[in-house]
Amino acid sequence: MPDLLIELFSEEIPARMQKRAGEDLQKLVTNGLVEAGLTYASAAAFTTPRRLTLTVEGLLDQSPTTREERKGPKADAPEKAIEGFLRGAGLTRDQVEERETPKGNVLFAVIEKPGRPAAEIIAEVLEATIRTFPWPKSMRWGSGPLKWVRPLHSILCILTDEAGHSVVPGEVDGITFGDTTEGHRFMAPGRFPVTSFDDYSAKLARAHVVLDASERANTIWNDATNAAFANGLEVVEDKGLLAEVAGLVEWPVVLMGKIGDDFLDLPPEVLQTSMKEHQKFFSVRNPKTGRIERFITVANRETADNGATILAGNEKVLSARLADAKFFWENDLRVAKSDMSVWTQALENVTFHNKLGSQADRINRIAALAKELAPIVGADEAQAEEAARLAKADLSSEMVYEFPELQGLMGRYYIGETEKNAAIAAAAQDHYSPLGPSDDVPTAPVSVAVALADKLDVLTGFWVIDEKPTGSKDPFALRRAALGDVRLLLENKHRLNLAQVFEPGIARNISARLIHDDEYYAKQLDRFRAELPVELRNTLDRLDTKIVLGDPKTQLRYRIVIEFLSGAVFAADKDAIRRDLLAFFHDRLKVYLRDQGIRHDIIDACIAMPNNDDLTLLVKRARALSETLATDDGENLIQGFKRANNILTQAEEADGVEYSYGADIKFAEEPQETALFEALDTAEAKIAPAMEAQDFTTAMSAMASLRGPIDAFFEAVQINAENQTVRRNRLNLLSRIRTLCLSVADLTKIEG
Amino acid sequence: MSDTVTPPRSFQEIILRLQTYWASKGCAVLQPYDMEVGAGTFHPATTLRSLGSQPWAAAYVQPSRRPTDGRYGENPNRLQHYYQYQVLIKPSPPDLQDLYLGSLKAIGIDMDLHDIRFVEDDWESPTLGAWGLGWEVWCDGMEVSQFTYFQQVGGHDCHPVSGELTYGLERLAMYILGVDHVMDMPFNDPQTPIPLSYGDIFKQTEEEYARWNFDVANTEVLLRHFEEAETECKAILDQAHDDPKTGKRIIMAHPAYDQCIKASHIFNLLDARGVISVTERQAYIGRVRALAKQCADAFVQTRAGGWRPEDAA
Repeated sequence: MPDLLIELFSEEIPARMQKRAGEDLQKLVTNGLVEAGLTYASAAAFTTPRRLTLTVEGLLDQSPTTREERKGPKADAPEKAIEGFLRGAGLTRDQVEERETPKGNVLFAVIEKPGRPAAEIIAEVLEATIRTFPWPKSMRWGSGPLKWVRPLHSILCILTDEAGHSVVPGEVDGITFGDTTEGHRFMAPGRFPVTSFDDYSAKLARAHVVLDASERANTIWNDATNAAFANGLEVVEDKGLLAEVAGLVEWPVVLMGKIGDDFLDLPPEVLQTSMKEHQKFFSVRNPKTGRIERFITVANRETADNGATILAGNEKVLSARLADAKFFWENDLRVAKSDMSVWTQALENVTFHNKLGSQADRINRIAALAKELAPIVGADEAQAEEAARLAKADLSSEMVYEFPELQGLMGRYYIGETEKNAAIAAAAQDHYSPLGPSDDVPTAPVSVAVALADKLDVLTGFWVIDEKPTGSKDPFALRRAALGDVRLLLENKHRLNLAQVFEPGIARNISARLIHDDEYYAKQLDRFRAELPVELRNTLDRLDTKIVLGDPKTQLRYRIVIEFLSGAVFAADKDAIRRDLLAFFHDRLKVYLRDQGIRHDIIDACIAMPNNDDLTLLVKRARALSETLATDDGENLIQGFKRANNILTQAEEADGVEYSYGADIKFAEEPQETALFEALDTAEAKIAPAMEAQDFTTAMSAMASLRGPIDAFFEAVQINAENQTVRRNRLNLLSRIRTLCLSVADLTKIEG
Repeated sequence: MSDTVTPPRSFQEIILRLQTYWASKGCAVLQPYDMEVGAGTFHPATTLRSLGSQPWAAAYVQPSRRPTDGRYGENPNRLQHYYQYQVLIKPSPPDLQDLYLGSLKAIGIDMDLHDIRFVEDDWESPTLGAWGLGWEVWCDGMEVSQFTYFQQVGGHDCHPVSGELTYGLERLAMYILGVDHVMDMPFNDPQTPIPLSYGDIFKQTEEEYARWNFDVANTEVLLRHFEEAETECKAILDQAHDDPKTGKRIIMAHPAYDQCIKASHIFNLLDARGVISVTERQAYIGRVRALAKQCADAFVQTRAGGWRPEDAA
């Protein structure tokens, strides 16, 4: 059984695309081979900056012969039908069989497809793979029509078995399949032939190419940590950077360089970001001080001077880069210390969204909301407001312009250099958090107020302009924002009614939209006009003509007046947005709790209860219910409840009445019936005050204690008694069960 | 093992060696375009000639202006006026990377001691409606060139594809000559009786232009010039293809494109003056792009752009 070796040799493939490309090559080729009947024992893909390589071992040397039988029309069918059948089968009349069947003589075609040699199939599959390869971005070059990530230079495609190797005959757009490749561009130029995968990888290693990306990454990481360790230092781990750098070299050589003394006092994150983003350097830290003192660069070659020239060049480039960073840092500090309002004012010219105005407009909304939220989360109102006003000021700084990923962090540094409260500085960094589901949630009250307000504003804003996430599309990361708010509330155990805090956010964003979205404004104005008496409408029209020609400030005032007057018009809109947004939060909450093992039906049972916009309360209820249902009593109580509920519902439908008049113990006939009355009395006495105190655990365990009496009741008692009084009394007793259970959670929502 | 090249001694020697090298590789060595441009790509020898089916091979120095980069000649690396070296070959030859590496060797980079890398960098010019894929070329961690396979220019697919090389001459030369501040770089041979540094020639102008660009340029006049260039560009392209005087088909793609270049540079000046807000920025870029597209549309209607009389039928 032969082995197959494929190498697609091109100009430098972007590092970020290599891994995926290796996987795609393996998948496309092996799928194609298997589909054509060529099975194999194992396959592996490798990538370097200049090549995608695939080795497939233990391949069939030809595809198996296949035999397919097709049933056709009757032998005496019309000529046309028979012709069609023959054409489809690719056979002539004398090549098909006539067989007797219960329906008469029927034509049968036996189509035999002979196996094809592996080489033929490989050539087809490889060509199709190359022509349809899913590069994230591909290009043409020269005069040809072929597309590849960068110009494709050669295709190595050989089959190897005991007898030796052979080139698979084939070509793609003038590139003929061959058995040669190239080594390192500079250290081993020139082409050489190979005979097998082992021969290929051995010769590449001699030609200064490490084929396996993970081997290159390991070498880089080991050499880097050793070099750092020898100097009493440590490399700052960065897996993304390591993978990228391993994709930039075929022959990694680690070099450690110095950072100029002038730059050592820059914040470590600035050094790290500048070195990583611009130079793809690793940072090397002094574990004692936490300062970044050196860098690691990875060259693609060895040199006679052991990398001295390369390192000197890299150090020089770094100095120029860091000189820029230092310049930004010092300029920014000057602004921060003298008057940061220069930065916040500059945000007036930065559009946040063309329907919602500038970043400065947005900051005003966040500040107002943060102030409103402050008492709820235990923050000082003035501090929360000021923190919100400054939290995004660093977006105007030179450093953040250069390195957007440092937003927030630079804000903390810059505010930290002023006289302002440390809580305000911390909020600048914290207010973007939590970013991911595993990101830490801020706990400092001022940070929490600003973080909540920031996300609530963006959510209410995008709901007001109706740009909600759909399917997989969520360009503004609104799901993440909602989950962030959910976690901020739950993990800090803050109690608030979301619907109430949506209110001002929605109102402010509607105002913003009226100002910035002309079409929306015109539409709302029409709606408003339609509800006015004629005389008022005429006055308004006259006014409007003047206004349209007036200055922007007058127009703004006019719009605010309109908005105020048209409160009724917006009331319904606001209400719809509030409900829809709350449902969105509930969805996020379900995802969040599902990961913590709480079933969605349990959450639904709690969402159906009052005060469902207080997420902390909602979750407290859901947890208690989840725990109760996990017990034997709880699980069985649900069955009892459902049984009671079903019987009752059916009876109510059949009788056309509601059985809620209170059962009377005096009509009880069986001891189990009496016992249930007593059990309900006891449970009610516990549940009501516990619910009042929001002590769901007590309430639910009291509810679960009904399991025994309910089960015994159903065991012994026939609901549909002959005596109608007794029957009604029993139905009313079931109603008590239902009412009591539903006062705890909507158990009808529980599945199973 | 390498055939080492003697190190160059001045900025101009590096330019001369590039000229000689690319001439020896068959490029027509052109002169800079005689208008203010932001980059060598704006030269019609690149923008327009990358369109259409006609083969092309050109190399040239292009003085380039980026008003916002002015630092009064004080920053060691930043200038509002600098030089780019530009090579454009259509169709891109299969050995373009090797040709390029040969040029680095020619200007004195010892390929055995340096680490040359091709790092992904896709090029896009929103003002020209152009994009391509390629790399920035790193020498010891420093970007020394931009290497691009043009895929689209002025909204037209490039067929065949041009290979474009752009060298930032000052930065490259500073590295080769071992100079830390651009103004200290020898422009001519330091051994000559009258040695001139880059600063001797450009310190004065960097100061003057920085002041003018940032604080003095009359923005009202510039805004008017922008409008005028835009109007003129469109007016030129609105003319009938057949010249009523000579009776010949003369589509004036180049004169129209001059107006597009002009509008682009005026936009850069307005930007440096800080009178263009973020939202307006996109609108201005869109207006220049619209002009570039119309010029490209016109150029492919010319003979140089690959039009044949039989296309008329």
